[in-house]
Parts: sequence; C-alpha cells; structure tokens
Amino acid sequence: MLKIDGLEVTFSRAGADPVRAVRGVSFEVAQGESYGIVGESGSGKSTVLRAICGLAPTTGGQITLEGTPLPAPRSPAFYRRVQMVFQDPYASLHPRHTVDTVLSEPLAIQGFERREARIEAALTDVGLGPDFRFRYPHQLSGGQRQRVAVARALILEPQILLLDEPTSALDASIQAEVLNLLDRLRAERGLTYVMVSHDLAVISHMCERLLVMQHGQAVEELSREALRARAASTDYTRRLLKASVGYTREDAPA
Amino acid sequence: MTMTRDWLLSERPASRRQARIGQIYRTWLAFRGNGLALFGACIVLALVVVAILAPWLAPHDPLIGDLNHTRLLPPLTEGYWLGTDEQGRDILSRLLHGARITLAVVALVAVIATPVGLLVGTTAGYFGGWVDTVLMRITDIVLAFPKLILALAFVAALGPGIENAIIAISITAWPPYARLARAETLTIRNSDFIAATKLQGASSARIIWKHVVPLCLSSVIVRVTLDMAGIILTAAGLGFLGLGAQPPQPEWGAMIAGGRNFLVDYWWVATMPGLAIFTVSLGFNLLGDGLRDVLDPRGRK
Amino acid sequence: MNLLDVEDLRISFPTRNGPTEVVRGVSFSLGRERLGIVGESGSGKSQTGRAILGLTPPPGEARAARLSFDGIDLRGLAPRDWRGLRGKRMSMVMQDPKFSLNPVMPVGQQVMEGLRTHGTRGTAARKAALDMLEAVQIRDPERVFRAYPHELSGGMGQRVMIAMMLVCQPDLLIADEPTSALDVTIQIEVLRILDRLVGERGMGLIFISHDLRLVSSFCDRVLVMYAGRVVEELRAADLAAAKHPYTQGLLNCLPQIDGDRRPLPTLARDAGWAE
Repeated sequence: MLKIDGLEVTFSRAGADPVRAVRGVSFEVAQGESYGIVGESGSGKSTVLRAICGLAPTTGGQITLEGTPLPAPRSPAFYRRVQMVFQDPYASLHPRHTVDTVLSEPLAIQGFERREARIEAALTDVGLGPDFRFRYPHQLSGGQRQRVAVARALILEPQILLLDEPTSALDASIQAEVLNLLDRLRAERGLTYVMVSHDLAVISHMCERLLVMQHGQAVEELSREALRARAASTDYTRRLLKASVGYTREDAPA
Repeated sequence: MTMTRDWLLSERPASRRQARIGQIYRTWLAFRGNGLALFGACIVLALVVVAILAPWLAPHDPLIGDLNHTRLLPPLTEGYWLGTDEQGRDILSRLLHGARITLAVVALVAVIATPVGLLVGTTAGYFGGWVDTVLMRITDIVLAFPKLILALAFVAALGPGIENAIIAISITAWPPYARLARAETLTIRNSDFIAATKLQGASSARIIWKHVVPLCLSSVIVRVTLDMAGIILTAAGLGFLGLGAQPPQPEWGAMIAGGRNFLVDYWWVATMPGLAIFTVSLGFNLLGDGLRDVLDPRGRK
Repeated sequence: MNLLDVEDLRISFPTRNGPTEVVRGVSFSLGRERLGIVGESGSGKSQTGRAILGLTPPPGEARAARLSFDGIDLRGLAPRDWRGLRGKRMSMVMQDPKFSLNPVMPVGQQVMEGLRTHGTRGTAARKAALDMLEAVQIRDPERVFRAYPHELSGGMGQRVMIAMMLVCQPDLLIADEPTSALDVTIQIEVLRILDRLVGERGMGLIFISHDLRLVSSFCDRVLVMYAGRVVEELRAADLAAAKHPYTQGLLNCLPQIDGDRRPLPTLARDAGWAE
C-alpha cells in the first residue's frame, strides 16, 4: 500500500554542511499491516515519518501510496488518508485550544458534516468520553493528552496512521493503556500503522515486521518471529537486543 | 458564591462558554494577586472614566477663560482647585478634557500599530526565507530612525494636528511588535501542534491566524501596554513642540509648553499637566508589568 | 553505622488550596550499596533525592523526623556547612547533561571547579580531573578537557557530569534518571561506569528512575514509591516475588519482546495505595 523506495532526506543549512538525515531507505507496508522502525536518536527514524507526510523534504527516492507517487506539497486529500501521532503529547496540542477546538479544526478544514456527532464519537472511541470535550490541555494528564492526539488523527478517518514514539513520553502503566488503545483501534478499523520507537519491546508488541535503522541507513529488516528468535543478522541489532534486557552484571569488565 | 466559584474553576467544563469564562477567571485570579498591577489598572480605568465623563465632570469651559478675573490663579483657589492658566482657563477642566485626547492617542495607536506589527512579524517568522528577509529589513529601516524624529518628519510632511500625530506615532510604533511577534513565531512554527495542523491540510493563512497569532498576542499586548507610557510621552512631546494638538485644544503636552514661559512665577501651569502625564504613564507601566506576570507563558510555571 | 538515615521525610508545596504534600512520610536507610527508587511521574521520587541534598526548590519545604548523613544531622544545616558537604561528600547526577553543564565554560574547568572549592588547586587539580575523565572511560581526556559542552554527544556529556560529581570522591551519589536521556546502548555503558566506580570506591548510590526493569537489574535493593509514599521495599533479586499490587502491576504492564499478551494488563489504581 505504502512504498518507500530509496528515500533520501538532506537538510541544507545556511553556512553549514548539509545533513543527510536519511540515506537510501526502502521498505513497503501492506494494507492492514503494522510496520515498525527501530533506532536510536539520530538514526533518522522519525525523519522517515516526517518525509512521508511532507514535513521533511524528500531530496531523493520516491514515496508511493497505492502506486501513485505523492505530490509535493501533499494534497488535502492525502491528509484524509494518512495522519500522524507525535511523540510528545505536551508539545503536540495547542496550549490555548480546548479539546473541542482541537477536534473541530480538522473537520472544518476538510469540510466534514455532522461535526458534533463526530467529535463525541471520536472522544468515546479513544476512551475519554464527552466529559473531556471542553477541557484545555493543562487540565489533562499526559496519557489523556495522547488520547486526544490519537482522536485528532483518527477523526479524519485515515487509512494509514504514522506513530512517532507515541508512548515514550508516558509512564509505563499509561504506555500500556495507549498501546492497548492503538491495538484495539487497528483491529476495529483495519488501519495500517507505521510506528517508530527506540524500544524493541514496544515494537515487538505492536508490529509484525520491523526495520532497524542507524545513522540514517536501514540496517536490517526483521519479522516479529525473527526478532523473538533473536535471529538478527547484524551486530548492531544484536546490541540493541541485548541492551533491551536491562543491565547485566556478568559481563562487566573485572 | 462558592457555587459560582466552583463553576468557574471547574476542571471539567460542560460547554464552550464555561471553558472560556473559566479561563478568563483564572487569569483574573492570578492578576488580582498583584497589588501594584491592580493599582495600575485602576489608574487606567480612571483615565477611561474621566475621558468619557469629562464634559460633566469639568467645572468650567476648557477652551475659553475669563481673562479679566481668573488669570493665573494659584492651586486650591475656591472653584479652581488646580489653579488657572494665563488665559484664565481652569486647569482641572483642561486636564479632564485632555484625558480624552490622551486616551484617543493611546487607543488609536494600539489599534493601528498592534495588528500591523503582529501581521508583519508572524508572516515573516512563519514563512522565513526571502519573505522574512524583506519584511524584517523594512522593519529594521523604520527601527533605525529615532522615534520622535521620524514622527516629527511625518508630521512636518502631513501638517500639524492631533490626527497626523497619531498616524505618525503609529508608523513608528509597530516595528518592535513585529520583531517580538517574529521571535515568538520562530519558536512556535516548528512545534508539533503546528505540524499536526499542517497535516490536517490547513492553509498557511489559517495556521498563522488561528494558531500562531493567539500565542504571540499575549506577549505583544504586554509590550504594547508597557509602550503606552512612551507613546503618551511622544504625543505630549509632539504637542510640546507645537506639532501635535493645536491650541486651544487641551492636550497635556501642549499645556506644558504653554506653561513653560512662566514656570518660575506660576509653577502650577506646567506642573499639573506634567503630573497627569506622569500618573497615567505610571499606571500603564504597572499594568503592563502585571499583565506580563499573568500572560507571558515564559514567566509562568 | 548507616551512611544515610531518612525517617518520616515529608515535602510540601503551598498551593492555592493550602499546602500539598508530594512526599508523605518516607523512611529508609542506606549503607554502602546501590539503592533504587522507582516510581512514576509525580510519585515524589525526585523530590526525595533533592531533599537529601537540601535542594528542595522554594517555596517547597522538607521536614523529617531524622535526616542524617554519616552522623551529621542535615536538618537546618547552615548554607556554609552545606557547601562543605555538597560536591565533596555527597553529589547528584541529573537527567539531562545538556541542562546541567555550563555551556560557556570548558568541560575541564567545570570538572576542576568542585576540586577548587574544596581546596585542591593547580596541577594537582588538573591531574585529578584528567584522571577522573579517564575513569569514566573517555578515550581522549586531554581533548575533552578543553572541549565545550556543545561539542560533546549526550553519552559523553553524561560521563562528564558523572566525572564532575565523582571527582571529589563523595561518599554518597544520588543519580536522578542519569541515563533516561541516553540511547539504550549508551545507557548500559554509563551504568557500567557507575557500577564500577561504586564498587571500587565503596560509595553509597541512590538510583532514581521510572524504569523498574533497569533499576532491578542494576541495584541491590529497590524502593517502590507511589503518591509520595514507599509502598514496597524489596531486594532487587526478589522483584518477581513482589507483593504489592502496584509493583506487580508496574512489572506486568511492560510489553516484552517475547510475550504476546493482548491486551496488555493495565494498572487498576486503588485509592487505598495512597493511604
């Protein structure tokens, strides 16, 4: 459904060397699939997502959605099909807008009908309920904010949801709730996910296939089964796998 | 009483209106805690009330005095509590009517300069690139002129008079607001909530107007309030130089200019309007300081 | 004798509706060991760490029935006496090196600063600082010594922070989420350095983190905090046998690479836990 072919993203800055954030990354996501991208900070994993939705410049390669190359800038129709949830729920909601304003804005822009009913339904869908409709972000906890962000992304009824570390700013118990929510919504609506995270456990829980990235390049692609079997073919992935267990005292240098 | 308070401070407002009013009430609670700011607000409020009610409050005619009997009476003379000037006009009445001119200057400059500054600044900051360069260079050029001198030049070209003074001050007042709005916009434009709005297909105009401007507005309002003292002084300065309000209009700056000739013998003629300017400027400064504490997100935790 | 004794520590902040206690009666003692304090945001774990160093941010107020460090009563200590303790005998590593290092001062100067205020100067101080940078496994200490913080990566910056805090050889180190801003692979390296230094120098370490898995694999003993209280204290090795439903919940709600529990068990918070 979504095909990324040899994607290059280079940021050119005045008076400095251009930064090649993504260097020739390719992958393909099937309809209804959940695809993970794992990497550490600076690996370019978030930049891939931003390039897909047009927030970062595509300087090479091609992104196609159902065989059609995406226009630059993206068309409004594109945003009805692809939406994104950001990492930090404290930065992704406008501090002076109520939940109601946040949710009615996309409906107004895209000219949707039955707005009242849609807002109420969206809030119920993400487990908040109409009670939350007129609150400001500062009246919400981190987990509740992230639910609002998910509701904002889903209110346009997209087919593909890009998730940029949706739980890394949340407490562990809240993370479980949000992951369950995302899981349920995908099952109910047949959504396609592309999820970025630094946490192998989260990706393994959420995604059927995953891509490991380092320094802007794809290191390797693994299936969930291969990950669980620790069948990593590169050193870097093995290091990530080991680190995800926690601290191990045995191999500390004597 | 507690019920209203609970309704206002509710963490789960039930309607758009309750959410908005609750937010205003919270701001008011924070503002109320600052005594000096409240004092400043009272002065500004008093200026507004006096300006509106001037014809009824003033005991005498502000423009025509009695040259035979009431020339240069000292303060605390019965019926002329602040004294009279060289044409026998009651200074108190002139001050009260002058409040109207001062308020008009302040209000018109705010209404003209603030939107211009906001628009230029947010547009430059949001788009960046050559738009930013062009708009900010224009801003820099206007900023490079001393305010009063530039206003003088405009008034000289347009002709003296209070209307032209207001236009001249407005033209010189917007660049600082543009700079401030641009700086705020630069920090806002890369934030995730703007990216999220872009992803909904929003146009640039919509993003600037509905998402960027409301966030810049509070710091610009604070700045405008703090600048009001300076604007009043500039207007008074133009009046003093004879380029603002024209005689016999009771503009405070012009009144000082008139009293300057006999400052030594009849000190009150120049002092009373001076005190009025001082009080109002102080009021705006205190109010601005208080607003900054309440509105400026950086000052708040 | 214990290195640190805390008894009935309470920290309160004034709010519009009267004072709110963010830490409510925390007691523990610490020997020369690694103690983990785990909790979610708002549990009071960071405030507990700060209070031990007398760094409760005003207008907050910390009170305790007993707060003694190596026999010294820390309650109501004069600023002078605090200066003698902080840095020299007890130190703190914060979460993000970017905000804890002075951006306009070379790293070496900052490492030496602690030494200078406690009386070591000149070449002796320089040598001690370089040795310390080497001890935190910085490969080219001479270069890093002259570098400014922005020239260092996150992992490097955090090592410098640790070097700064350990250069005076304190007896107690409080590390508040020292590795949360770092990538997982670097995180492990930094922990390894801390582990070795604690072992070699016989320091006491309080490791504050939200990451139960990491803390339990690193520390000897774990305190689990919830809503300003310690709900459970246990040996790290016995974590699987945790009794309190909150600790169990925290352990269970983490997704695992191998597990396929769908939906993930979530924490049903019990109002009784906060009592």
